[in-house]
Amino acid sequence: MKIAVCISHVPDTAAKINVGGDEKSIDKNGVSFIINPYDEYAVEEALKTKESLGGEVVAISIGGDEVKETIRKALAMGADSGVFLKKEGYFDSIATARALADEIKTQEADLVFLGKQSIDYDSGIVGQLLAELLGYNSVSVVVDLKIEGNNIRAEREIEGGREVVETTLPAIITAQKGLNEPRYASLKGIMQAKRKTIEEKEANTGDSYVEVLKMKKPAPKAPGRILGSDASAVPELVRLLKEEAKVI
Amino acid sequence: MANKILVFIEQRNNELKKSSIEAVKAGSVFASELGADIEAVVIGGEISDFDKIANYGVTKVTHIKNTDLNLYTSSGYSEVMADYANESGADLLLFANSSMGRDLAPRVAAKLDAGIAVDCVGFTFENGDVIATRPVYAGKALTDVKINAAKKIFTIRPNTYNLSEPTDASAEVTVKEVDSVNTSVKVVELKKTSDKLDVAEASIIVSGGRGMGGPENYPMLEELAGMLGGAVGASRAAVDAGWRPHSDQVGQTGKTVSPNLYIACGISGAIQHMAGMRTSKFIVAINKDAEAPIFTIADYGITGDLFEVVPALIDELKKG
Repeated sequence: MKIAVCISHVPDTAAKINVGGDEKSIDKNGVSFIINPYDEYAVEEALKTKESLGGEVVAISIGGDEVKETIRKALAMGADSGVFLKKEGYFDSIATARALADEIKTQEADLVFLGKQSIDYDSGIVGQLLAELLGYNSVSVVVDLKIEGNNIRAEREIEGGREVVETTLPAIITAQKGLNEPRYASLKGIMQAKRKTIEEKEANTGDSYVEVLKMKKPAPKAPGRILGSDASAVPELVRLLKEEAKVI
Repeated sequence: MANKILVFIEQRNNELKKSSIEAVKAGSVFASELGADIEAVVIGGEISDFDKIANYGVTKVTHIKNTDLNLYTSSGYSEVMADYANESGADLLLFANSSMGRDLAPRVAAKLDAGIAVDCVGFTFENGDVIATRPVYAGKALTDVKINAAKKIFTIRPNTYNLSEPTDASAEVTVKEVDSVNTSVKVVELKKTSDKLDVAEASIIVSGGRGMGGPENYPMLEELAGMLGGAVGASRAAVDAGWRPHSDQVGQTGKTVSPNLYIACGISGAIQHMAGMRTSKFIVAINKDAEAPIFTIADYGITGDLFEVVPALIDELKKG
């Protein structure tokens, strides 16, 4: 089975985010980038699936030259090959999905994994868009997955519980934390990754529909009030919550 | 511009979800700002309280039915929704940014070739355009976005619209039976992991971090949250330590939330955590470290031992 895993290159969760001079994107100076944390679960599930069912795993990423670093990370974890879809600057989820769909068709992959969302634009919709563009089935925010023959049984996380979903291949699965424990790249894996090929292509995105007019930092909050340093401040806290904030 | 707005109303176990009613409220604001018509769609289930939709400003409701639609099916719901959008001439669709909304809305968007902006926390209207504000980088930054496509879809973060001031309007409900449903992706079972409110939907969250010391100390937060009608959240430190499930985690790589009240207990305020909850309307911090960063975004703070302050808070609330 040909398995594709789509990954993205995002700022570290501990990174401070500042708005760039264009006021539409972030200032990348001094920001360290990592493989999107949810994509690590996607890569792990792709590798586990290959190990149990056989096949081949291709890691695909879209963006500027820097995303090759993240493709190498997936190769070091065990993906067989990489595809780098080159596209500089801003593009939205539908543009991303179009480019990925194009490549997945070329690859003839019938099982595709993604992280449930990228922690940069936080949309969490590329997998579902991709499913529609390809005519594949999809299950998002998956925390448990079983594949037998053509049949898929997945559990997805919802408010206060899980939905047990049944579907069939070809399918798109987006991974949530809890699906598995991503492996660390071994030294051998890192060495082997250097010899694996990353094919470079122009990304076929088409036009973005969502235009960013402005990016800004959240307005700083006015300094709050320290009401005290022990339980004696509690009656005043309750009074303020009732009378001033009116939230209880 | 928009001529016709369609609001998707989610039902689960025959109950209309609060976050969808908030989307109705948003829709009624959109309709008056844009001078557009508006209607609502409920898919599946046996519903008795359609008036709840009318009470927040949308009287025309279509209930699309088939037994295969009672449980969520992304393939079936997306076809039904896209077909109805085409039939009704809708060019702007609103969904709650719930688990279902986030799964369904993009599938509908692709079918309609619509542009989609998810998890919006505010809207402004300029010359007939809708400008949506949505957090990015887990809330470390905000973007104002505009959709450049003939059809537009927005999903709205729970608690963005306040459900006060209902009217006593009645809904005009049209029932529409569909013959067949595409169930190629189908929910076969709902597993409840908790009877408690989910942090993503709660309007009050009581959250505990490393300062809680261990899982054995969370029952007091459960008690406090229960008294306030809220949910218990946790910081990544508490989740990584195995004290609480990941579904409770607030912050980047967890849930980003905007409740009316967020009470942070023993949470120092790592950047990932604060990004995910700083849009809360009121923040209370209880932490014995007066230098903890959480105090920089708290409206009210107590720099004391949470093991004394939280029980005192429970006692004070019991007094009524």
